[in-house]
Amino acid sequence: MKPFRMLGRSIRDAFKSVFRNFSLSLASISCITITLIIVAVALIGTANVNNFTKVIKEDVTIVVFVDRKADETKVKAIRQRLDNLSNVSAIEYKTKQQLREEMEISSSILESTMKDWSEEDNPLKDTFQVKVEDITEIGDTAEKIKAIDGVDSVNYGETMVNRFLDAFRVINKGTMFAVVALIIVTVFLIINTIKLTIFSRKREISIMRLVGASNFTIKMPFVIEGMVLGLIGSIIPILVIIYGYFAGYKHFNGQLYSPLIKLVEPEPFIYQLSGLVLVIGVVVGMIGSYRAVRKYLKV
Amino acid sequence: MELIRIKNVTKQYKNGVTAVYDLDLKIKKGDFVFIIGGTGSGKSTLIKMLYREEKPTKGEIIIGGLNVARLKNSKVYKLRRKLGIVFQDYRLLPKATVYENVAFALEVIGAKKEEINKKVLKALEVVGLKGKVRNYPNELSGGEQQRVAIARAIVNNPKLLLCDEPTGNLDPEMSMEIMKVLEEINNTTDTTIVMVTHDKAIVDKMKKRVVTLKDGRLVSDVEKGKYNNEAI
Repeated sequence: MKPFRMLGRSIRDAFKSVFRNFSLSLASISCITITLIIVAVALIGTANVNNFTKVIKEDVTIVVFVDRKADETKVKAIRQRLDNLSNVSAIEYKTKQQLREEMEISSSILESTMKDWSEEDNPLKDTFQVKVEDITEIGDTAEKIKAIDGVDSVNYGETMVNRFLDAFRVINKGTMFAVVALIIVTVFLIINTIKLTIFSRKREISIMRLVGASNFTIKMPFVIEGMVLGLIGSIIPILVIIYGYFAGYKHFNGQLYSPLIKLVEPEPFIYQLSGLVLVIGVVVGMIGSYRAVRKYLKV
Repeated sequence: MELIRIKNVTKQYKNGVTAVYDLDLKIKKGDFVFIIGGTGSGKSTLIKMLYREEKPTKGEIIIGGLNVARLKNSKVYKLRRKLGIVFQDYRLLPKATVYENVAFALEVIGAKKEEINKKVLKALEVVGLKGKVRNYPNELSGGEQQRVAIARAIVNNPKLLLCDEPTGNLDPEMSMEIMKVLEEINNTTDTTIVMVTHDKAIVDKMKKRVVTLKDGRLVSDVEKGKYNNEAI
């Protein structure tokens, strides 16, 4: 079959050219390698920031303190009202006895002070622990809960949550912007390095035109060459991702400074990321060489 | 049967220079034609228009039924597959062997491997280079390199062979060798040959049709002609 024969020759020529023009290929490959490493680091950053945000969002709880005077029917009514709120995803009711037991278990100091309390002495209040669906509307939801009859007070650590959210939003946007910018820069760098490779083969292209090669046939080996360069160029970044992330994850014990900020689990994250980096490398190499060769097809 | 029909062709370059002016020419199948003329006579422009490196500003060029003047850039390969081209500077791939250089012309049009092998060896036999298939161009003399270029040009059995000063870089002895090869090709395969040259000795010796251009105009067209110094 002719098309397959042509494809086979294109692939053979692409590999031949990578090795025959090795110094120029090396320039393209190292350029791709370096930029892909930076892109990978940026992507790891973005993914982790997203993860922190997710973990923190899941962790944020509105604690609803029920009025001491409220009786069982009142508690039931509050629960009903909470159920009807739109932004609420989960509700957990804890009596003050339960809370006391939990606190006693969590720390020996608390246990020693609390063990003398009688039932009436218990200063704790019955609480509802409410999780929300959309964290950005948490303030609104808290206000609504506060207005419910029988609710004494509401607490969700508003200042800390808001600060975290703002910071993450900024970091997230910043890293995404950096990733996109880096990819664009990489494409241009690769277009230019491959242009250099192709420039040294201007003669070859003009001879191909003279002996009757169609434009498609001429482009094919160059485009495949670009893909091969992208492929080779992504090997080191992938190794860096896999070994580097495992090592980093181990070093930090899976968290940054506090258990609240958890890193993304290495598996399957690093494999997905490696795949993505490989695809970026190959596609970028392909686009670069396709654009670079176009110029020489007008002879 | 005429293979090439040039109808009222004018070529004006973007800088305003008119290289060919209202040229009319017919070339029959199997002809051997010399195009001669001094510097700036338009002979190079003419042959460039024949393989569609340049487009005529006015007029038509029809080669084997293909309207070359109207050929789109992306369709130029259709014309190039019908003809072979030989240049003064050989235009070989320096990093490919003699065999690979000739095979190149067939590979890019997707020929089968066995077919390539057969045709390449035959073409190299015609030009007398069968013993040098594994050599690289820089290991060959100028005349041998030009013979490789001729082998590449004829490997696809073209109807037309265009030669742009093929002996320009060669000494008289080697030039005559090349001319023998070309004449042989013209005689045995009935390939039409159009050759641009300013080599008086060759034109006089070959006694072929001679088309003389001066300042872009046709000044003489003689069967079995000689190199006319006064016309140029």
